[in-house]
Amino acid sequence: MKLKDLAHSRTGDKGDIINISVIAFDEKNYQTLQKLVTATSVKKFLGEMVLGEVIRYELPNLGAMNFVIHKALRGGVTRSLRLDKHGKTLSSYLLEMPLEIKN
Amino acid sequence: MKKTIRIGSGAGYSGDRIEPAMDLIQKGDLDYIVFECLAERTIALAQLQKMQNKELGYDPLLGDRMKACLPLCISKKVKLISNMGAANPIAAAKKTAKIASELGLKSIKIAAVFGDDVQSLLDFETQTLLESGESLSVLDDKIISANAYLGVEGILSALTDGADIILTGRVADPALFLAPIIHEFSWSLGNYPLLGKGTALGHLMECAGQVCGGYFADGAKKQVPDLANLGFPIAEINKEGSFFITKLKDSGGMVTPATCKEQLLYEVHDPSEYLTPNVIADFSSISFKEIEKDKVEVSGASGKPLTGKLKVSVGYHDGYMADTQISYGGSYALERAKLAIEIIKERIQSIDFDVEDILFDLIGVDSLFKEKIANMPPTEVRLRVAAKTKDRKEAVQLVNEVETLYTNGPAAGGGVSKTVTEIVAIQSVLIDKNRVTPIVEYFES
Repeated sequence: MKLKDLAHSRTGDKGDIINISVIAFDEKNYQTLQKLVTATSVKKFLGEMVLGEVIRYELPNLGAMNFVIHKALRGGVTRSLRLDKHGKTLSSYLLEMPLEIKN
Repeated sequence: MKKTIRIGSGAGYSGDRIEPAMDLIQKGDLDYIVFECLAERTIALAQLQKMQNKELGYDPLLGDRMKACLPLCISKKVKLISNMGAANPIAAAKKTAKIASELGLKSIKIAAVFGDDVQSLLDFETQTLLESGESLSVLDDKIISANAYLGVEGILSALTDGADIILTGRVADPALFLAPIIHEFSWSLGNYPLLGKGTALGHLMECAGQVCGGYFADGAKKQVPDLANLGFPIAEINKEGSFFITKLKDSGGMVTPATCKEQLLYEVHDPSEYLTPNVIADFSSISFKEIEKDKVEVSGASGKPLTGKLKVSVGYHDGYMADTQISYGGSYALERAKLAIEIIKERIQSIDFDVEDILFDLIGVDSLFKEKIANMPPTEVRLRVAAKTKDRKEAVQLVNEVETLYTNGPAAGGGVSKTVTEIVAIQSVLIDKNRVTPIVEYFES
């Protein structure tokens, strides 16, 4: 199973920092997501694409989490050499993260 | 006092579609329409334009939007608030007054709200850049503009003085929505929980179509109807700060808890501390409830007192960007594109280019994601070389190097494109709020 099977996502940017939301399609899967999609696992999955730390904020009311990722855009939208200067496509990448769910 | 007011969002960025706003004004039973058109860097570019011609420096689509929307706003008694003033709200207001007169609309009161230009208040000795932690002095002679994010105060004065159209420079995006709510319901500027609710409304609305299913469809699980005719959102709020988001019935898109959740977290860091000039809004306890099709009730937003500091966007010259591309197709397309990269790297070294930073992308292979998701050989590859240089000359030289791959590089490279652009970058500093005074001037048609 992949993250895209349980959640949807959108990237936002401010300077060289992006946030990627992870929102459960069904709120009853929130706890599973909370267990498997951590700051550490997200940082590992994004690999060399992001250089800075990853911070996770939890929104149980919404069945959602917000990942704030530093040094993610080679300098930010106004000066980045990246094709996708906003990092908007990184939400699609994160949704490909494999989830190991034990039955 | 009205029991509820209805605010439409007419634009989510400078180049947004115009017809959805016209539909909203005509059929949305609105009290206000807000156009958010000023991205982080836009004001620095506008400042450059103003330096060349002091009658310019406002949003390039202002004329088109006003011609389309002003007559409707006047006939439907909808007030218009926008940051289309950019670097020159006075020129924007004069231009709008002229358009109103040409359209035969008389006695329209137009307010220009400014005071956000704080370039003369910058202090190179003490201020540090929030992004890099370096002293502001590193940007010294390269600075183009410095604009503080103003709060609701200037817009409130203009509303109290009966303005029909309000054109601002840099203000915090949610303030464009929060100001008319405070005005209509006489909210106190010290009632932070209420300001937090109005800020949540503003934040959900400021990207227009994005809360109505724009930027949401994923081509599989998340289907959105009729995106070609995407409707823009309407928020209806009462004096207690309870509100819902909806859209016109005959418009495309959809408003659901899921579209609202994605937009709520868009460009947010800590959801319990969304910093604005008037309140630290707390979105952490918000919940969404679908009360009818395409009508979502929002509850649980709150707010706390603020820091007394305003964020200032500093625009500066940051050299040039070269961007150049060439395509390879068929068998060994990827091998030839990689060979091309090696050639360019060697050429840069042997010619001794002064390149500050360089990036090689293989579009279709690794331009978006550096690590592969699936292991598939591509049948077409586009090499992109993007580089940053101090001088235009080097940037031009670099894009020409890629072009020489036509006759000097691997077989069958095609469709070279080359662009060189001057970079205007943005970083931020903080300034004490009490040093920044909003100014309002009025013009009439």
